Amino acid sequence: MADGLRHLEKWSLDVHVVRLGAQKDDGGTRASVLEVGGQKTLPFLFEEGVLPHRPLIAAEVYDVPDPDGPPALTQKLKPVIKDPVAWAKESLKEADLVCLKLQGIHPEEGKTDKKAAVTLTKKILKAVGVPVIVLGCGDTQADNEVLPAVSEATKGERLLFGDVVQENYKTIAAACTADGHNIVAESPIDVNIAKQLNILLTDLGMPADRIVINPTIGALGYGMEYAYSIMERARTAALSGDNMLAMPFICFVGQEAWKTKEAKASAGEVPEWGDAAERGIMWEVVTALSMLQAGADILTMVHPTAIRIVRRAIDELMKK
Amino acid sequence: MFVIGELINGMYQEVARALERRDATFIGQLARRQAVAGADALDINCGPLSRDPAADMRWLVEAVQKEVSLPLSLDSTKQAVIEAGLAVCQNKVLINSTTADEGKLSAYLELAKKKDADLIAVTLDKKGVPQDKERRLELAARIVEAAATRDFPVERLFLDPVLMPVNVAQDQLFVILEVIKDLKLLAPEARTVVGLSNISQGARDRRWINRAFLLMAQGAGLDAAILDPLDAELMKTMVAGDLVLNKNIYCDAYFDAYLKTRR
Repeated sequence: MADGLRHLEKWSLDVHVVRLGAQKDDGGTRASVLEVGGQKTLPFLFEEGVLPHRPLIAAEVYDVPDPDGPPALTQKLKPVIKDPVAWAKESLKEADLVCLKLQGIHPEEGKTDKKAAVTLTKKILKAVGVPVIVLGCGDTQADNEVLPAVSEATKGERLLFGDVVQENYKTIAAACTADGHNIVAESPIDVNIAKQLNILLTDLGMPADRIVINPTIGALGYGMEYAYSIMERARTAALSGDNMLAMPFICFVGQEAWKTKEAKASAGEVPEWGDAAERGIMWEVVTALSMLQAGADILTMVHPTAIRIVRRAIDELMKK
Repeated sequence: MFVIGELINGMYQEVARALERRDATFIGQLARRQAVAGADALDINCGPLSRDPAADMRWLVEAVQKEVSLPLSLDSTKQAVIEAGLAVCQNKVLINSTTADEGKLSAYLELAKKKDADLIAVTLDKKGVPQDKERRLELAARIVEAAATRDFPVERLFLDPVLMPVNVAQDQLFVILEVIKDLKLLAPEARTVVGLSNISQGARDRRWINRAFLLMAQGAGLDAAILDPLDAELMKTMVAGDLVLNKNIYCDAYFDAYLKTRR
């Protein structure tokens, strides 16, 4: 951008600042807290406005290993994949915070019950000093039963819980509001529903600066550009004054990227695609970088090498 | 749309009575109700019958700002009355209004600069209300030029093309819509404003006329209107109009969302 921007926009609203984690004085036990949001302009346009907080990378950690996980990924994570606490600690060599996905509470998995979920979350909180994101499995009944229990057991830690959707938000949101946590509001690549859900959540008493939008993304080649447009539209509306869309974004990059055929297929299956491990990593990296340009504030990622590459890219992007 | 609530005006009997009795509760409630209904600013006018308009303006400003923190639009044709309001006003403030007459215009531009106020300027002068588009635009150009010359930020200027009642100058209404469009070309940074209720002064079924004009003016690019925010159908029409113009993102609770986004 040697010539500089030709036209500088005057925006009227900042993205809400969401604070993750609470230290002792604040009712929590975190050694460090993190903030996202606060932008006064579109991604990385430092010439136009302030971007006070760098995008964060949360390492995806699963309570139970995925039996169908791509070998390129499971191989790399082998030493820790069966021990979520060790995995969480190890992931922080590259990531800013931990994103614990309680996949095992899904009725089809049936591997983690409510008590185990609470215990595991508390163990991870004890093992790491950073804030933690706690995600349910997406099954309404299981999430409604388990997440409020985890929320209550970690009251005051100001964690980030998710996801709530328009059809199911009350139980989890009420718990998180009461226990002082933040919440991830998920909408199906739909800016109208994203806004509506934020209204419903604030009506319930959740402050607007404790909501993070999950716009639902697809990986490279799987609808990523739709997510990009939705995020861009929501963010420009927010900067133009729409309080009900001025929330930071979280993008679940790792889980989406490693679901793709391109990340999963072995070199034996498709020789012309080249080395499987490298391919998967690049799929995750490219998806993550694109989401950063769309306005992502938190990326959840899984492969340590991919995390390292994207982290360095963020260092570069944040240079003014 | 920047909505300036019009109801605190001594022209209305209830307000005149409250003014006379110094009934701050009534005025405060009227201010609050307009704010809750979605007003972004409140117009304050002590009305034509006030015997001591400067004192009345002062009292009204104080009564209103005790209740709401919205910007106040101090509405009078007399500079002394505006200055009386400015002297006590702690909220953000708009001066309503100056004409395009050179002496008045420069005095008001200086006053607005000194008091850090936005300024509404009407496109009329001593010769009266223009009857055509060209004359209105000429006066607007004069206003914008005067602002630029005096280092008054053009984005703090509201240009008012003067709405005429439908039963007085029906042929002017379409002209005004054209003027609103052209003002955007003439001075893109300045905002446009109309005193909406003027259009139906003395007419029957006034609210329908107000709603129809507001929607059409919105389509022409109108930025602000002095109107009755307690006319819920008018407000809802306006919010829906913003959706049609893609100025607000739709959601199922779009009217609530509009109000929520204001606060």
